[in-house]
Amino acid sequence: MHVHRFEKIWFGVSLLLIVGFIATIVYGAAGPGVAMVGDDGGTIDASAVADGNFEQTDNFREPGIYEEDDGIHVYIVARQFLFNPGTSQPIDVPAGETITFHVTAADVTHGFNLAGTNVNTMVIPGQVAKFEVTFDETGEYGIVCHEYCGSGHHTMAGKLNVVSQSNFEIQPDGDAEQAGDN
Amino acid sequence: MATEHPDNVQETGQETDEEYVEIDGTRRRKAFVDRFPDVAKPIRVLYGIAFAAFGIGALFGLVQALHRTGVLRVFSSADYYTILTGHGVLLALVFTTFLITANFHWANTRSLGVKPISQRLTWSWVIVMTLGVVLAGATIFAGLFPEIPASADVLFTFYAPLEAHPLFYVGAALLIVGSWIAGADWFLQFREWRQDNPDERIPLQSFMVLTTMLMWYLSTLGVAIEVVVFLIPWSLGLISQVDPLLTRTLFWYFGHPVVYFWLLPGYLVWYTLLPKLSGGRLLSDPLARVVFILFLLLSTPVGFHHQYTDPGIAAGYKFISMTNTMFLLLPSFLTLFTVVASMEHGARQRGGKGYFGWLKALPWHKPEFSGVALAGIMFAAGGFSGMINAGMNINYLIHNTLWVPGHFHLTVGTAFALTMMAISYWLYPQLSGKKLQLRNVAALQPFVWFIGMVLMSNAMHRGGLAGIPRRTAEPQYQQFSYDAVVGGVTEMRIQIAIGGTLLFLSAVMFLAVMLATWLMSPRTSKLRVNGEIPEPLSTAEDAPLVLDNLKLWFALAVVLVALAYGLPLYDMVADGIFAPGSGTFPV
Repeated sequence: MHVHRFEKIWFGVSLLLIVGFIATIVYGAAGPGVAMVGDDGGTIDASAVADGNFEQTDNFREPGIYEEDDGIHVYIVARQFLFNPGTSQPIDVPAGETITFHVTAADVTHGFNLAGTNVNTMVIPGQVAKFEVTFDETGEYGIVCHEYCGSGHHTMAGKLNVVSQSNFEIQPDGDAEQAGDN
Repeated sequence: MATEHPDNVQETGQETDEEYVEIDGTRRRKAFVDRFPDVAKPIRVLYGIAFAAFGIGALFGLVQALHRTGVLRVFSSADYYTILTGHGVLLALVFTTFLITANFHWANTRSLGVKPISQRLTWSWVIVMTLGVVLAGATIFAGLFPEIPASADVLFTFYAPLEAHPLFYVGAALLIVGSWIAGADWFLQFREWRQDNPDERIPLQSFMVLTTMLMWYLSTLGVAIEVVVFLIPWSLGLISQVDPLLTRTLFWYFGHPVVYFWLLPGYLVWYTLLPKLSGGRLLSDPLARVVFILFLLLSTPVGFHHQYTDPGIAAGYKFISMTNTMFLLLPSFLTLFTVVASMEHGARQRGGKGYFGWLKALPWHKPEFSGVALAGIMFAAGGFSGMINAGMNINYLIHNTLWVPGHFHLTVGTAFALTMMAISYWLYPQLSGKKLQLRNVAALQPFVWFIGMVLMSNAMHRGGLAGIPRRTAEPQYQQFSYDAVVGGVTEMRIQIAIGGTLLFLSAVMFLAVMLATWLMSPRTSKLRVNGEIPEPLSTAEDAPLVLDNLKLWFALAVVLVALAYGLPLYDMVADGIFAPGSGTFPV
């Protein structure tokens, strides 16, 4: 099979480019530590989430913000058409600390994105999306449901405030007030 | 209205009388319709349905572009999703599948030179596919009328547990089954040819049709299982719940190869017709075969790159899929080389000179050329944003933002759609025996599409970087506003509205040309085009025989799919195939 010299060169450069792309991704994971959402959040009974029976699950809690030995944990339930917490009351988290998010869905598939950032996950019934985020600076972020979830999808949004460590305090009972409207 | 252009039928003076046909006193070179009238007819029917779907789908696109940007709201925001479902299904599933099967029916017959084995078989798949479209389409439209107790506002990805009327899923299944019968039609036709030509190389176009269909059989298995085993019984109430992650994984098992099912018929045009339309010949037949084999092998074991942000799938599986995806760039890079080199070869045959000066020698005034060439240029941009999508970690920045539709309006929305429109200008006359009408409108149409898409797509990409989501009727929220990385959000909105309007205008221009040609011209006219395809510079004789061993390549493709999907699917079904499940949520 005759392959023109230019095409051979092109073939080589293309392969180099492809290997280069893969290398950048490996570097992104190994260097700056960009992590994927994986399967470590575990599975969950979606009907328990829908009914608010979180005590029946071993990997989820009443929606809210909790301080644990290993840092701040935020438990969020997405349902048509709100985030709890997030929609009726903003989520406050401290800057400069590792925040672990646990997000699941009570009904259909939703999305969870802090607009304009790479904090982005699908929220699928039966699965818990678990991921860690560190916010270097204080600021305000919009939470968008980015997967179509029904006729009121465009109303489904929320807010997350990154506050300074000194301004951060957790309500007693792990944000019981927010958990109430689940 | 149509002005007379010089006939571009290049006759050498060596043609025999058998190559000519005389109808009502007009003598012209035989077109496809004269050689294979029974084959041309179902193709014309498929064209008709494809273009009708295209017209409605394009109108819905206009409605969305104006609604999202707040320029004009004809429907309520709740009904926006019905329109969006219609847009996605009619354009990405109906317009594509009908045009692809139509053009494959032509390509397989033209290159093998024998008729399909049975007219009845051909009509059976045309009818099954059409029935599927009518069922799925009707349930979608019913969503606009609250008095009809059926709807399918589930978008074209129909993620469970959002639930559509059972007829929507039945319709989708019939469309797929119809395409399977079509593939069988072409394989049987090939077998018939092979019996008379035991030692011949598979003609290039037929090779492309067959490899694409092998890829299609392998990949549609996922969506067929999703729909037939899970969604139809579930929507009928026979099973109470389905696993949302498993069903969407089966969807994406199909959802990436389907883009190659759209693209490869475009590549067939780029490889076998664009060189001729540029005035030259294809550089290399063997490399075209290599490219199609690479697509057969790599199109399917990559679906997880649509699920980078999904919980419940180990990051390692995503990584494997990512490397496969990156290697899938290779055949497209090779295609880019061939496309550009073939055009340059053609341009130099036409007297083009210089490093870039040859571009001027190309026949930009002919829509069948300009449309295909502009589609190719735009695909380069679409390929670039596709690399970003494929980049596992950078994907998190743009997943499910407006960037994504910005990307695929360049690929399926231009590389495929504009190529198909352009080649219809060339092919329809040969399928109907009618001369193309409104040629001035046709000559302008690809450029209008190109400009409209440049405006709309660049703004969508940038909007996605700012975090504006896709698939929403109202991308503005009370809680916050967006920070644009480049430009401003208002400026993006204006570009999307103007771009969408131009695209609709271009679609109308295309349909007007097709309609005028269909209705007005008599069959006696002299065609401006001919179906002869010149030999490649490096012919099939230079290709190693192993390239034509379709069984071998199909077996390897199956192995790669088993490697990429075996363990992840096992993980998902290990806890029960309906668990962790979720009930039904009609919308």
